[in-house]
Amino acid sequence: MAENQPMIQVRKLVKSFDGRVVLDGIDMTVESGKVTAIMGGSGCGKTTLLRHLIGIMRPDSGEILVKGKDITRFDETELDAYRKRFGMLFQMGALLNSLSVHDNIALPLREHTKLDEKIIGVMVKMKLELVGLRDFEHLKPSQLSGGMQKRVALARALALDPEIVFYDEPTSGLDPVVSGVIDQLIMDLSHRMNITSVVVTHDTRSAFKIAHRMVVLYRGKVVADGPPEAIRESTDPLVQQFIAGSPDGPIPLRQSSRDYLEDLLDME
Amino acid sequence: MSESAASERSESTTILFLRHLTSIAYLFRDTMRWAIVKPLQGKPLRLRAALIQMDEVGVKSIPIVALVSFVIGIILVLQTAYQLEKFGAINYAASLAAVALTREMAPLLTAIVVAGRVSAAFTAELGTMLVTEEILALEVMAINPVAYLVVPRFIAMLVMLPCLTVLADLIGMIGGYAVGTTAVGIRSSLYIQNTIDALLLKDILTGLTKSVVFAGIIAMVGCYMAFVVRGGAEGVGKATMISVVTSLISIILADCFFTTVFYLFF
Repeated sequence: MAENQPMIQVRKLVKSFDGRVVLDGIDMTVESGKVTAIMGGSGCGKTTLLRHLIGIMRPDSGEILVKGKDITRFDETELDAYRKRFGMLFQMGALLNSLSVHDNIALPLREHTKLDEKIIGVMVKMKLELVGLRDFEHLKPSQLSGGMQKRVALARALALDPEIVFYDEPTSGLDPVVSGVIDQLIMDLSHRMNITSVVVTHDTRSAFKIAHRMVVLYRGKVVADGPPEAIRESTDPLVQQFIAGSPDGPIPLRQSSRDYLEDLLDME
Repeated sequence: MSESAASERSESTTILFLRHLTSIAYLFRDTMRWAIVKPLQGKPLRLRAALIQMDEVGVKSIPIVALVSFVIGIILVLQTAYQLEKFGAINYAASLAAVALTREMAPLLTAIVVAGRVSAAFTAELGTMLVTEEILALEVMAINPVAYLVVPRFIAMLVMLPCLTVLADLIGMIGGYAVGTTAVGIRSSLYIQNTIDALLLKDILTGLTKSVVFAGIIAMVGCYMAFVVRGGAEGVGKATMISVVTSLISIILADCFFTTVFYLFF
């Protein structure tokens, strides 16, 4: 039974800022050892959802169960313990610019383990080998290209051998080849090391390639949830428009809520 | 984020000021917790990081502090000599300079010079880290940003600013001696004797007390302003400017308060 228990269960998650509802009753599950892609256009709430999953934001209501425990009720100590069990790859890498590549990856190990420097050195090399950047250990992040920074950031996210890795837009701003490399890394981690991956992305091409399950958000609601094949064959026009990336469809181009004519006439 | 900025703008400045004040108080409380309470509970202080910061804020401030205090020493002796000449008490320029330096000028001017350098550096560095999500990344790695970033800077300032002040005391007096024994024409041995007679431990200690407070202000304001940066590089620039201005004003206000207290009660 325990093997079938989902890693993360989100139930009726609601969050609003200044009266604007950003997450409107999100329900979703993330299965253990699988790649789950959370997709949606800009401003659909996917970044906010991610920040709830990593315990940076607290919801107005609803719960997030990670292995059956509700992280929205965790105190500081419990949250820290939870955070040591997952890794996160930030959109821009978010490596500490003042530290070398080596020190960046060693940081979580130095902070949270009592290993001595020699062993940490070996572990750092192993993580760097995993992302194929062993030769760049002594450079500063600013000396690396965007794609390399992301791979180093991934090595850092893996430093403590996490059960879950969260990816925030892992392929954005990268060329197709490097995107492909990152996609391959995400798939490898899930297949070979049984790491649960949650990928927040708007890159549909990459999502269809790597995901076992896709969750499509629109205006703070889940509009589609299922394996990639089901999403591809979805008859929902919202989903179809998003996949095809076409400008025509139910997703409005303009974000303003007021009537255009009214707005113009209102000007003094 | 744009909404919260808009709602902030519509609030009165008084409320905004009070809100910043409480937030700084919270940051200070957190800093103290990670600097004092947590180490007692067995979480080690980041002394290595503090040492690096001490070099950054302290050692690298020595040239500019030395220059400023040397010049201030000269100015003090010249200005007091000009007045004292009328009373035929020109020899007391040495005593006056010594007291003015230790009680007031050295702590204040050192703090002002360091505030310009360090507040700006803290805000710019940490503000950039906030914008590039480095601080969020620390949090997600279960590394407390206050413990990792603020506490070493706070400790470094608390240690180094009084040291710099002592240095400024000394170099200021050397500056005064240089001009007092030449341009003003006080006998060297008399100048030294007058200076030693005028120096009281109390004066030096009140000066150092002030500099500890100033150090706290510079570190707290510099770090706090970084955490409230909104929106990219422009936000960092703006916050840096506000940080320098705020710490300068706070230092002068605190100086006024402490000088009054010391005058009345000590």
